[in-house]
Amino acid sequence: MPEFGDGLGVVETRNVQLFDAKNPLVLTSGEQLDEVVVAYETYGTLNADRSNAIYICHALTGDAHAAGWHPGDRRPGWWDTMIGPGKAIDTDHWFVVCSNMLGGCQGTTGPSSINPATDQPWGLDFPLLDMADFVTVHRALCSHLGVTRLHAAVGGSLGGMQVLRWAIDHPADMDDAVVVAASSRLTAQNIAFSAVGREAIMLDENFHAGRFAELDTNPDVGLAIARMMAHITYNSEEGFQEKFGRDLQYGRSSRGFGVDFAVEGYLEHQGEVFLSRFDALSYLYLTRVMDYFDPFAAPDALDALRKDPVRFLVISFDSDWRFSTEHSRRIVRRLAAAHLPVSFRDIRAPWGHDSFLLTIDSYLATVKAFVESDHEFRYTAWERE
Amino acid sequence: MTNDTAGTTLPPAGPARSVHLREDLRVFARNIPGGSRVLDLGCGDGELLDWLIRRRSCTGTGVEREPGAVIAAIGRGVPLIELDIEHELDLFADDSYDAVVLSRTLQALLRPDLVLSAMRRIAPRIIVSMPNFGLWRHRLTLLSGHMPRSRDLPFSWYATPNLHHSTLIDLEPLFDAAGLGIVKRVPLTASGRPRALGQVGANLLASSAIYVLERVGDA
Repeated sequence: MPEFGDGLGVVETRNVQLFDAKNPLVLTSGEQLDEVVVAYETYGTLNADRSNAIYICHALTGDAHAAGWHPGDRRPGWWDTMIGPGKAIDTDHWFVVCSNMLGGCQGTTGPSSINPATDQPWGLDFPLLDMADFVTVHRALCSHLGVTRLHAAVGGSLGGMQVLRWAIDHPADMDDAVVVAASSRLTAQNIAFSAVGREAIMLDENFHAGRFAELDTNPDVGLAIARMMAHITYNSEEGFQEKFGRDLQYGRSSRGFGVDFAVEGYLEHQGEVFLSRFDALSYLYLTRVMDYFDPFAAPDALDALRKDPVRFLVISFDSDWRFSTEHSRRIVRRLAAAHLPVSFRDIRAPWGHDSFLLTIDSYLATVKAFVESDHEFRYTAWERE
Repeated sequence: MTNDTAGTTLPPAGPARSVHLREDLRVFARNIPGGSRVLDLGCGDGELLDWLIRRRSCTGTGVEREPGAVIAAIGRGVPLIELDIEHELDLFADDSYDAVVLSRTLQALLRPDLVLSAMRRIAPRIIVSMPNFGLWRHRLTLLSGHMPRSRDLPFSWYATPNLHHSTLIDLEPLFDAAGLGIVKRVPLTASGRPRALGQVGANLLASSAIYVLERVGDA
């Protein structure tokens, strides 16, 4: 299928209901959801002893479509550079699972889904979520797919945070954890950026206290502004300069307040595209989960991991200022101090936070070497500490 | 892999097992008790740690920056942290390891004294190796008007990573200044084996030496 590139070809998103009124999802907060549908994709084949599964956790605005093509796509899945035959996560060898996360808006139950109690969209009545709630749903999907243990959990940015939470809470679930361009605790600056995005959404005149779907409208302006601002933080000064410089959008300046520079046109486009695929409420709920994430806070946080060590690979990018290298170093420092096997690389790349989605040879080679490395180590002295 | 070599045994499928250990690394390994937590600075492709983890029930971490070596170490399953030994050892907490190893690297550091102090903070036992500039052949080469080269000093003077050249007797006061006492000195031949003559004439006859050091005093 040459029109679909060298990867997985055409793939399909499937849906499964994992929780219902008889088997509700009990959240970290104690609240519960009586209906949870999850959208997911799988690539490759689960082997006979079910030992080759790798779970992919997506970032803030990602979805279940990690690799391959949907009919009509102009671009492949968001991590097609990482996942496919012969690639870093080689689907000829691994059985790869990726799901849309709880609270999302691309097939998995979230705040825009219908509340079965009212037959109206949840809106702001949807319960607040915690990183551990994403993991609970991921684990339920594993059970549904017959995956009893993961070879690895892999994620970038918010996806990396899910992997960290998962490994800390359920170390027996996996051999390896790959945490890319992530953080174990947001800084005030990180929170500030998300706060401005949320304010833009909530102050939009069409937000209507989160009931905009019922009223058949959408806080387009706020959501687009939130995306534009976030997008600036995902790139680097060098990346923007290289891509746009001070080029003008239409060749000559109109000297006004419209879209004059090429970078302005680009941001406007990013904001508009986002409206067609993302929900304002999901943006609020998911960014808030990141703000509150602090998995090393409890003094006994790493006790379970120390009894059943997971091998970690932590990767940062030197031009990432959204979650700088220092965020990754903090994770490494905490894991190493707990005597856990941890590998770390700070990859040279000029494209900022979004580097984790790009084709950077040293980065992809590192992930490949790690997930394919000898797993006897799982059963060496680390087990007996 | 072809199967046409009748009568020979092909290596087993799957990741290669590490059985060989470089001669000088054997000396390091012999001085690390089983079950130790080992930090190997400049670990290369992770050969020593791999051996210690598999054979001696050790745990540990390698530190390396050369890209090919980094991938090789990660690929053999050795935990590997990429960082700058001179400036970033603060990643490791006080007393977080039992032993810190630094093989053939001291002479390439800008400030070996500061790195030794950091190593002293991280673990009570330190093992380092260092080429011996005082080897008789080097002295002769210098007398002939040329800078010495040997198996342990293989570079031309303008393209060497080695910033410092020291004889063994000049090296030892550095350990003293860093608050490290010499537990053992193992002079090596050019092939990396311990010398049959041991300490006899070491400063003149050893190509390099391995030092086992331990903390002295409080500093």
